[in-house]
Amino acid sequence: MTAGTETGASGAGHAPWVRLCHWLIAAAVLTLAYSGVVILMAHPRLYWGAAGNDLTRAWLELPLGRNYRHGGWAPPLAFGTDPAGPVSRVRTYDIFNQNGWARSLHFLVAWGLAAAFFAYLVVGAFTGHIRRALLPRLAELSPQRLWADLRAHLAWPMPRAAGGPPYNLTQKLAYALVIFAALPLAILSGLGMSPAIGAAWPLVPAIFGGSQSARSVHFLLLCALALFLLVHLAMVVLTGAWRQLRAMTFGGRR
Amino acid sequence: MSPPFLPRRALLGGLASAGAAGLAGCSPGASGGDPPTYGSLLRMGDNLTWRAHRLLLGRGLAREYDKSEITSIAAIGTTNPGNAMEPAFDPDQGGVYDRLRRGAFADWRLEVAGSVARPASYALADLKRLPARTQVTKHTCEEGWSAIAEWSGTPLGLLLKASGVRPTARFVNLYAYDMLVETIDLVDAFHPQTILAYAMNGRDLPAQHGAPLRVRVETQLGYKSLKFLRRIVVTDRYEDPGKRGDIQNGWSWYAGI
Repeated sequence: MTAGTETGASGAGHAPWVRLCHWLIAAAVLTLAYSGVVILMAHPRLYWGAAGNDLTRAWLELPLGRNYRHGGWAPPLAFGTDPAGPVSRVRTYDIFNQNGWARSLHFLVAWGLAAAFFAYLVVGAFTGHIRRALLPRLAELSPQRLWADLRAHLAWPMPRAAGGPPYNLTQKLAYALVIFAALPLAILSGLGMSPAIGAAWPLVPAIFGGSQSARSVHFLLLCALALFLLVHLAMVVLTGAWRQLRAMTFGGRR
Repeated sequence: MSPPFLPRRALLGGLASAGAAGLAGCSPGASGGDPPTYGSLLRMGDNLTWRAHRLLLGRGLAREYDKSEITSIAAIGTTNPGNAMEPAFDPDQGGVYDRLRRGAFADWRLEVAGSVARPASYALADLKRLPARTQVTKHTCEEGWSAIAEWSGTPLGLLLKASGVRPTARFVNLYAYDMLVETIDLVDAFHPQTILAYAMNGRDLPAQHGAPLRVRVETQLGYKSLKFLRRIVVTDRYEDPGKRGDIQNGWSWYAGI
């Protein structure tokens, strides 16, 4: 494998700081996903725009728990004479709501994610790891190379792989999308839901088209990250689960 | 140029303590009367977020919408403090509220007390005679939904200034006719959009949305915008309202996020 010479300390497997950041970020993202789903269960409806609630149209209603289409509403009270105008309705249903701990856990762990992710980006840029190991080379980005790399991933049985860089093209693209698109957008769309941040930095919710849109994007990013995790775990298992886990935890390649 | 709405000492004090304290929110009492955490990591995180917001966020206004963007809105939590079946029914105040409501709130009074030079009491008509602010803003519920409505009322900062908030003051406790008490710091209390609203969407505040008076804290989640107000108490340290407040019920007292 000639590409092995590209990584400087190649052959040594994952650098210690990569292993540390990987597990910190993995633990944070898993806890955020867990608490995030608990938060979503309090109101499993998603909207586009600035505002949305049970009395307005949702683009997605998720059958998550007992709040799904609960239908516990008193008759509407109109604010004006317009029959199509806004109304208020008293909720008569005792909803599932664990947000007291779920929200605070989500934000506490979000601080941890932000710190670990920031450290990863700084060390990754400083050591050249991001440039050398993560970003695809221009020459790699031809449709032929991409197609060949995808086909190689469908080979059976999958060749056992050593832990650590150099990464193949599909790996580089998947990791770069998570690091430079999904995680930053997840953080930004999360901030876009905050009323204090919306007042101080109105651009943050505006990027997404309003804070309910930010909430929808936040959910779609959870789906994208879950899909990544599924494929990532499948590849780890298929290329030698024990060896890959050892390489990402204790270092080395064998 | 509009006058700064935040008393200079509150801003300087806030920045100084935020800088000096850092994570001091972690240890109760470490920076003199901060919200207690009772050893809970989650509550330490809440205080960290509060500190970070006070340090990093400017004092911008929440977005205001056009009247045509007003949406329907759910009424949740207490919708009638006089109803003994309500989960947050207060046996001491529920009956009082019921009498006041049957009298169209003619005898209702809002008390302003605590760390102020001139404690005061206002009838609804007194508040309506004071300069008012009308704003079409978004109510963001911690559950995940939001709604846009028009609110009219008296800026809380106006009442606080009229009562002469003492230089040692740091927090404001808001008491309702149900069992709930909410606490906000002086930054949010003096925010120009923090109003005591007596009207919603151009009519008197409906019973289910907090008649006769509720607070609007537009920089925080909906549960800080306490309904059915009866009393405002300025405090020098965070006075934990116990089982009536957020923290001992397992919620973040700061809900800017």
